[in-house]
Amino acid sequence: MKSPFRPKKLPDAGVLDDHRPLIRSLQRRGLLRGGLSLGALTMLSGCDVGDSTSVGKALLSVSRWNDRVQAALFDPNKLAPTYPESMILKPPKFNAYFDIEKLKPVDAQTWKLELAGLIADKRPWTAAQLAALPQRSMVIRHVCVEGWDYIGGWSGPTLRSFLERIGADLSAKYVAFKTADDYPSSIDMATALHPQTLLAMQYGGETLADPFGFPLRLRMATKLGYKNPKWITAIEVTNQYPGGYWESLGENWFAGL
Amino acid sequence: MSSVISDSLPVDRERPRRDPRLHPLGVRILHWINAVAMIIMITSGWGIYDDYVIFHGTHFSPSLRLGSWAAPSLLWHFAGMWLLALNGLVYLVYGVVSGRLKQRLLPIGWHELKTTVVDSLHFRIAHDDLTVYNAVQKLLYIVVILAGIWQVATGLFIWKPVQFSAAVALLGGFQAVRLEHFIGMSVIVGFLVVHVALSLLVPSTLWAMISGGPRVPRTAVRPSGTAVRT
Repeated sequence: MKSPFRPKKLPDAGVLDDHRPLIRSLQRRGLLRGGLSLGALTMLSGCDVGDSTSVGKALLSVSRWNDRVQAALFDPNKLAPTYPESMILKPPKFNAYFDIEKLKPVDAQTWKLELAGLIADKRPWTAAQLAALPQRSMVIRHVCVEGWDYIGGWSGPTLRSFLERIGADLSAKYVAFKTADDYPSSIDMATALHPQTLLAMQYGGETLADPFGFPLRLRMATKLGYKNPKWITAIEVTNQYPGGYWESLGENWFAGL
Repeated sequence: MSSVISDSLPVDRERPRRDPRLHPLGVRILHWINAVAMIIMITSGWGIYDDYVIFHGTHFSPSLRLGSWAAPSLLWHFAGMWLLALNGLVYLVYGVVSGRLKQRLLPIGWHELKTTVVDSLHFRIAHDDLTVYNAVQKLLYIVVILAGIWQVATGLFIWKPVQFSAAVALLGGFQAVRLEHFIGMSVIVGFLVVHVALSLLVPSTLWAMISGGPRVPRTAVRPSGTAVRT
């Protein structure tokens, strides 16, 4: 169902987002200054990682508690709404913690998917091998933690079929990802096994373009945008909490939709 | 404004137990926890709003926001939600079970509503007896209670649009629910401005929410909701 409030043309939210690290560093400096002058009051509103204030620690532990609540709310059989292909936004929105000019495309010739952790067959995979696996397509809503959204169409093997194929321990807690853009990420096993969790290789029926994660990215219909790492280079199955890029800066880990 | 406290109320000195205060201690605690929770939710919500505004070109001043950037604002919002929802739940259960909500807020007379609005617009704010709410007060309190429930529901839907996809579709889609959550906030902030302004204009009401206010004869507080004015 298309919202009447959804703009025909998506506004460019990238300006703020693309400069996020810079904004954050400026805000941190302001926080330090403010902390010196306004003391505890300012510290109340500052809660970056490594925040040693008791308020900051308390907020992060509530966030851990919220991870557990969200895991309980997550219904592994509940499918996210899907949409007609005509609604797919082309091209999709570029969004990363760096500007698009800083993008370093992955070389398809040398690219390999490395495997680690609780996996029986850890031989690396090539893009051609992954493309030979049964593919699945889904047209789903992408929801960013900032508040914007768009409809995207993704294809690739389901993460579940891949994990089964490589003999991963499906009773493990986490599936972790390493990426070419140094954006570590991790998800819970229940979401990894969800039918709408893909190792996406195509967008809108065409090979994934460089800015959107070529050759391999994660795409989940049941998590916020920042939980979907692009340019994946390694997958690890583990019971140790792996964290992630934004999580280490204070964003919530589970981030389920 | 001078004859505010209890001198209009009969005091039966023979009674073994004293009459309860207008605002029992429990209600006062719930009120002030709610005040803190609302302020946390509103100001952290402004921080979240500013990360991707609904109305182009509008944003809230960083000095009004709780959280130095979006992530801490989200941490505050998703911690404050527990305080708001649990405290609100206790308040509603208590209010319904004790009959207090019905007794204090119902019924609203249409005629009284009209005359009170007209009076208020002429700055004739009669509030000598703290123990009765006029029709406008009743309506405002009912609206803000409904807005609070609305915020918890729409907030839950924005947080979990897949788990509650049917509700999101019913309300017009993800961005529509975002807007509706924003409108709910606006209603509460609007209430807050009037509520705080009036409590400062009639300070005895503010003091009553701290001290408990005048004692109200038991006959006036019946669970059945039929208040007997003496």
